[in-house]
Amino acid sequence: MSKTDHVPHTVPRKSATFDDYTMSEIRRAAATGIYDIRGGGTKKKVPHFDDIQFLGASMSRYPLEGYREKCDTSVVLGARFAKKPIELKIPVTIAGMSFGSLSAQAKEALGRGASAMGTSTTTGDGGMTAEERGHSKTLVYQYLPSRYGMNLADLRKADAIEIVIGQGAKPGGGGMLLGQKISPRVAQMRTLPEGIDQRSACRHPDWTGPDDLEIKIEELRELTDWEKPIYVKVGAARPYYDTALAVKSGADVVVLDGMQGGTAATQEVFIENVGLPILAAIRPAVQALQDLGMHRKVQLIVSGGVRNGADVAKCLALGADAVSIGTAALIAIGDNDPALEAEYAKLGTTAGAYDDWHEGLDPAGITTQKPELASRLDPIKAGRRLANYLAVLTLECQTIARACGKSHVHNLEPEDLVALTVEAAAMAQVPLAGTSWIPGKNGY
Amino acid sequence: MPNVDLSTTPLRDLNAALHALAADTNETHWVVENPAGRHAIAVGVDVPVQIEINGHVGYYCAGMNDAASIVVNGNAGVGLAENMMSGMVHVKGDASQAAGATGHGGLLVIDGNASARCGISMKGINIVVKGSIGHMSAFMAQAGALVVLGDAGDALGDSIYEARLYVRGTVKSLGADCIEKPLREEHVEELKSLLAAAGVEDVAPDEFRRYGSARKLYNFHVDNVDAY
Amino acid sequence: MCGIVGLFLKKDDKDNRLGAMLAEMLAVMSDRGPDSAGFAVYGAGDTARHKLTLRGPEGADWTALARGLEEKDLGPVDVVVRDTHAVLTVPAASVAAIRAALPALAPDVAVVGEGERMELYKEVGLPAEISARFGLADMRGTHGIGHTRMATESAVTTNGAHPFTTGLDQCLVHNGSLSNHNLLRRKLKREGIAIETENDSEVAAAYLTWRMREGDNLGEALEHALIDLDGFFTFVVGTESGFGVVRDPIACKPAVMAETEDYVAFASEYRALVGLPDIEKAHIFEPEPARVYFWERQ
Repeated sequence: MSKTDHVPHTVPRKSATFDDYTMSEIRRAAATGIYDIRGGGTKKKVPHFDDIQFLGASMSRYPLEGYREKCDTSVVLGARFAKKPIELKIPVTIAGMSFGSLSAQAKEALGRGASAMGTSTTTGDGGMTAEERGHSKTLVYQYLPSRYGMNLADLRKADAIEIVIGQGAKPGGGGMLLGQKISPRVAQMRTLPEGIDQRSACRHPDWTGPDDLEIKIEELRELTDWEKPIYVKVGAARPYYDTALAVKSGADVVVLDGMQGGTAATQEVFIENVGLPILAAIRPAVQALQDLGMHRKVQLIVSGGVRNGADVAKCLALGADAVSIGTAALIAIGDNDPALEAEYAKLGTTAGAYDDWHEGLDPAGITTQKPELASRLDPIKAGRRLANYLAVLTLECQTIARACGKSHVHNLEPEDLVALTVEAAAMAQVPLAGTSWIPGKNGY
Repeated sequence: MPNVDLSTTPLRDLNAALHALAADTNETHWVVENPAGRHAIAVGVDVPVQIEINGHVGYYCAGMNDAASIVVNGNAGVGLAENMMSGMVHVKGDASQAAGATGHGGLLVIDGNASARCGISMKGINIVVKGSIGHMSAFMAQAGALVVLGDAGDALGDSIYEARLYVRGTVKSLGADCIEKPLREEHVEELKSLLAAAGVEDVAPDEFRRYGSARKLYNFHVDNVDAY
Repeated sequence: MCGIVGLFLKKDDKDNRLGAMLAEMLAVMSDRGPDSAGFAVYGAGDTARHKLTLRGPEGADWTALARGLEEKDLGPVDVVVRDTHAVLTVPAASVAAIRAALPALAPDVAVVGEGERMELYKEVGLPAEISARFGLADMRGTHGIGHTRMATESAVTTNGAHPFTTGLDQCLVHNGSLSNHNLLRRKLKREGIAIETENDSEVAAAYLTWRMREGDNLGEALEHALIDLDGFFTFVVGTESGFGVVRDPIACKPAVMAETEDYVAFASEYRALVGLPDIEKAHIFEPEPARVYFWERQ
């Protein structure tokens, strides 16, 4: 071998286990001693609706004709006990997001968009603002462990009350709102000192467990003269039991939030490692309702990663009565818009990856309390964008329902679905495409 | 003077009648008989009437009270006067857990003892307990005053924000970020007026010690991680 | 998640209304536990004769079973049938042999409890109906405990209903939710303690049985339970001579007690105590967290 012979170098190889992101997290943790707090939902890939297909009509089933033959999308929520149930035109609602985590402009935009489409919005931790009430035709008032801003007058102004027990991004955890967003108005609404890092409780202060929840629901009904539907929201963790217990406690509506659901701010480790993908949570919840003879009597709203009309249709086919969107609604009104790339770059991130919602520096003016940033969001235009997006979700859902021969989106069934992967087949309890095999059923 | 017997009148009718009252009603004194531990009695009353309940009540009596004066001639269950907005609630016996929880305003007076979590997440309510209070009282208390003539249980004022706690007897233990603070003139004045409002005449303000927030948890710091 | 009641009479009384009072208390707790109900009553007893409470299928031939046991020289056996349950009063010395013989003689029959004085009944259904089916209102005794169940994570079955027996004349009812019961169940099974269901409360009962097998008295076993059981609980425990109460250190689940010269009563809510005699004069209080309480017959 001559000395000019080239010795091949091994190509540098990075660990799949210790990838760049993981190593950067270790370094950051070592430098600060604090866990990472961020907004948004899970970023890791989990089994989702993409792995599910509709069968559509063929020879044995007949489709409905295009846009001419009616495919109803209306939903009635809360007829079990409430004197004034909620009637929505579309099966898509806006999930709870607080004033505080969102700017007043963003809350107004959500209200405008939802109202234009005949659906509801939801408050969040931190009370009800006048803007929000004024711009939302149908407003669900969240009843959270912290009870920030909770008061009798607003309770009676609500169209429904949602008792929040958990959230998909953090089942079992309380909320966080860091000091940057505790502006004078947020502080005043929450009775907190300005600029502190707010800690929210994870358990309600005056009840624990379903036997006591039943009494709490009775109180809320007495407070509002049995007019308003009472929702119970849980993060997807033990959906069969949680749904059954919500029903036994007297709920009108169960809201089930999967792990892809967003959050204003919590520990990254919580977002990524606690809770179930929504795909795995719907069937057990529906099973609980069916076992109790309450399916379609107590409505089920599911959420967590719903993006398009096919996702909506799949949720309904698996047995839900409606879906909620949060992250998708924020994107619709302008969150993470590539048009703002230069400003995202200044924050050390990129459009599509921005998740430091808690820091209040959102260039889109959505997850901020800084007046100069918030004023960038035009609530009228943003509201219109949301309405457009909701219209598309509905049209897409109807298109699929018609293709399956349904004159109401609620007539979609699990039997209209197959799965592309074994995981999705097991989680959604539908057959693997081309087979009659549902993993875990019939002894397989 | 309406007299409502809950052994014959459904609770829903009582609450509906109270909610239907106009602010200038002449029916300003209501008496409720045979509460028998029922839940959610006289909740959400938003007019300044007097309601006297003769007997023991269950959970959430006087919940979210806004303007009424409600007297319970007996004991109260969990969540007495929870989230009270204004007005006065006076219990002649003992109160169970979470009395005055998340209350925004008004005055809650308990002649006997209150058990665990009294004044949890209080947001401006004033509470006077003539007996003692249980553990985890004033947990995450945000605003308002809690006056205790007897003793306090474990972890008083854990994770407290800006509420003021006054205890005359012993405190079994203080919670995270809760410390004793000096009783200054403004606190003596506050105690005087709260004691007077609660009908306490034979107790001097300087018999109390004041507790409040060390404000160490207001901004996250790694050195306080044990307290989170 | 449930409602609990307990009643302990301090004095002997010709007009013993224990069962009637307990039945009223139990019925009031229906909202807290509509799935199933059960109760244990401590009546007259005899150290030489044990009461075996058995549960069988509908139409079970209890007389034939008693005759079968007597033919094996395990008698004399007295039988009192109440709905799906039967109380067999048998010689204490024969109990072990009877338990061994039962699977062959009556494979559908399960032993619900054993005591010198304790009888234990439980079924699926609304509490008031269950009290009526078993005739609780007519039962007499010194004390009793009862339970109404809202099933959380285990099945709505008779086996999942409370009380759970923890040993001779001992039983337990629970309100709350234990968070480490699966770990404990595996440990207790390794220790040879029989556990039949996936129910967290049965694990609590089995834990007490195990501690007492290891030499604890009931008070010590309850003190150890405060250390080893995680989660939320209020327990009421019945014994031959009285009853005990213990709550976890956080004490979220409700508990209220009433004491007069004549009785001590426990309930999850005050509503259940309303019908008791002289309740307006009773000393009413809440048991403190992490403290073991006990009331015993003199």
